[in-house]
Amino acid sequence: MPNATFFLISLVKCGVVLFVLLTLVAYIQLAERKIVGRMQSRVGPTRVGPFGLLQPAADAVKFILKEDITPDSAHKFLYLLSPALSATLSMLAITVIPIGGGTIRLFGQNTPMQITDINVGLLFILGVTSLGVYGIVLAGWSSNSKYSLLGSLRGASQMISYELALGLALIGPVILAGSLSLRKIVDAQQHYWFLLPQFLAFLIYLTAAFAETNRIPFDLPEAEGELGAGYHTEYSAMKFALFFLAEYINMITVSCVATLVFLGGWHGPVFGPAILQAILPLFWFVLKVCFFLFLYIWVRGTLPRFRYDQLMAFGWKVLVPLALGNILVTSLIVGLLA
Amino acid sequence: MQVALFFVFATLAVAGAVNLLVQRAPINAALSLVAVMGALAVLYLLLGAEFIAFVQILVYAGAIMVLFVFVIMLLNAQPDPSSHRSRVARVIGIPVLVLLVVEFCGFLATQFANAPVRMGEYISSTEELGTALFRRYLLPFEVTSVLFLVGLIGAVLLAARREDPPVADRDAPSVTRKSPGELVIR
Amino acid sequence: MIPLSYYLILSAILFCLGVAGFIIKTDVITVFISIELMLNGVNLSFVAFSHFLRDIGGNIFVFFVMVVAAAEASVGLAIIVAVYRNRTTLNVDKMNLLKL
Repeated sequence: MPNATFFLISLVKCGVVLFVLLTLVAYIQLAERKIVGRMQSRVGPTRVGPFGLLQPAADAVKFILKEDITPDSAHKFLYLLSPALSATLSMLAITVIPIGGGTIRLFGQNTPMQITDINVGLLFILGVTSLGVYGIVLAGWSSNSKYSLLGSLRGASQMISYELALGLALIGPVILAGSLSLRKIVDAQQHYWFLLPQFLAFLIYLTAAFAETNRIPFDLPEAEGELGAGYHTEYSAMKFALFFLAEYINMITVSCVATLVFLGGWHGPVFGPAILQAILPLFWFVLKVCFFLFLYIWVRGTLPRFRYDQLMAFGWKVLVPLALGNILVTSLIVGLLA
Repeated sequence: MQVALFFVFATLAVAGAVNLLVQRAPINAALSLVAVMGALAVLYLLLGAEFIAFVQILVYAGAIMVLFVFVIMLLNAQPDPSSHRSRVARVIGIPVLVLLVVEFCGFLATQFANAPVRMGEYISSTEELGTALFRRYLLPFEVTSVLFLVGLIGAVLLAARREDPPVADRDAPSVTRKSPGELVIR
Repeated sequence: MIPLSYYLILSAILFCLGVAGFIIKTDVITVFISIELMLNGVNLSFVAFSHFLRDIGGNIFVFFVMVVAAAEASVGLAIIVAVYRNRTTLNVDKMNLLKL
């Protein structure tokens, strides 16, 4: 494929993914408020638009028009860098996520349904997640405030600990699939989903993912009742919106990876005429991702949060040994059966 | 196009390294090093070492440098005050450094002038790396695991906070002097 | 294509800048950061030769250099924290209790 066409196709794909992502983030936020509201026997926002569907637009306008306050004693460069870093890194991880099996035709070339397919896609996502710690650490440090510093130190140590469990849990399916490329992992699940042989890894991954994205029950870094707002206490308006965007995009990334690695990606019953056969894999993928997002929101409305020492003890003393044991058993079984 | 990529990221790496020398605050030096590591990761990708490139981001930039930033935050490392080094060292030292660099580069340029490196000629796959690591290089692998264990124990022992010594008079409040700027988290 | 010497020259420049930082800087954490810069320069050299000689051994060595850098950084920073608790300074010139 000539270079110019390749750039053009990549640009178009990036634009489409970005647009879909930003809209999705806005409506996940609305869905969260409404679902948590229903779980608490109240309706969520209903006034703006029919059933409150224009609420995200109102929120966006609010974020843009709010006064942008920068604390006097903050380190200016790092203070501005942190939200941008968080948002950029979270969007980077989406580039290797495939949403469908076939290829689509753009500008006369066949191109896979992901922005790029690299041989070590899963490692790329893990690397970007581990860089995400910088957004939190620098935000807390540069805000020059007690609540921010405490929140960011807790958040960073939590993220580093659970990142280990996350990576180790993902190695089980990689052993079964024989490749780190996300597309090949999904292709290896044609006969059965990796959920069945790797159920323990799935549970470990899900728990570690909740901790990585700083969601309840692991949201002590942003604990709204205890720490002001944790590491983003001193941020207002657009900068806060960027942190918020980064958190929801991380949620989407983690749900997509869980779908691809454990739930078989876009594999599902395919039937009907040709147009339906093209759309159905995409539909199954979106359905599974939405299931994980609903699980996030459901857990948020239900569970209390962990205390910091309970959180760290759980990550190091329970999840990491279990994940290592899972790798051991998986590789033994695969080695003996081969 | 790979020549353009190489020059862009090589310039970024050198600029980051020079910034590391110029900056006085340790936090800025640490972040400059993270930028250098990112640029080097792209250069590793140009050289076909995709696993190493992403492990560099994951381990080096994402864990080791985070450890550095943590320690800088905890110790509240302040920017360097102006050094009282001798002017002689600077007058002689910088030309000698430049001479060293030029001599290095001259030697390398003449030795390997006709050795082209084409992107994509040799892509080291993760499978090949893993096979070599667990067959031919098994002994260093096991030795490094012992190294990690020793390092882990050593780091925990050295950095663990000591218990306050028991106070003779139980009614008096225990006074412990905390160094300025040190953050106490319990 | 790019001559191998370009990669090696870049590696040499990074290494020399690391040495310069190691010698010039007075803050012990910045000295450690310069050591990491030196290790990165050497890593680039290893990966360049690994590609040039079509040998996986270069990549393996980079792996081990990263492992050693991780172990050394963790122990070194623990030592720095312990020294800071006792001397409350991070200036290398002031850590001179063993001087005659």
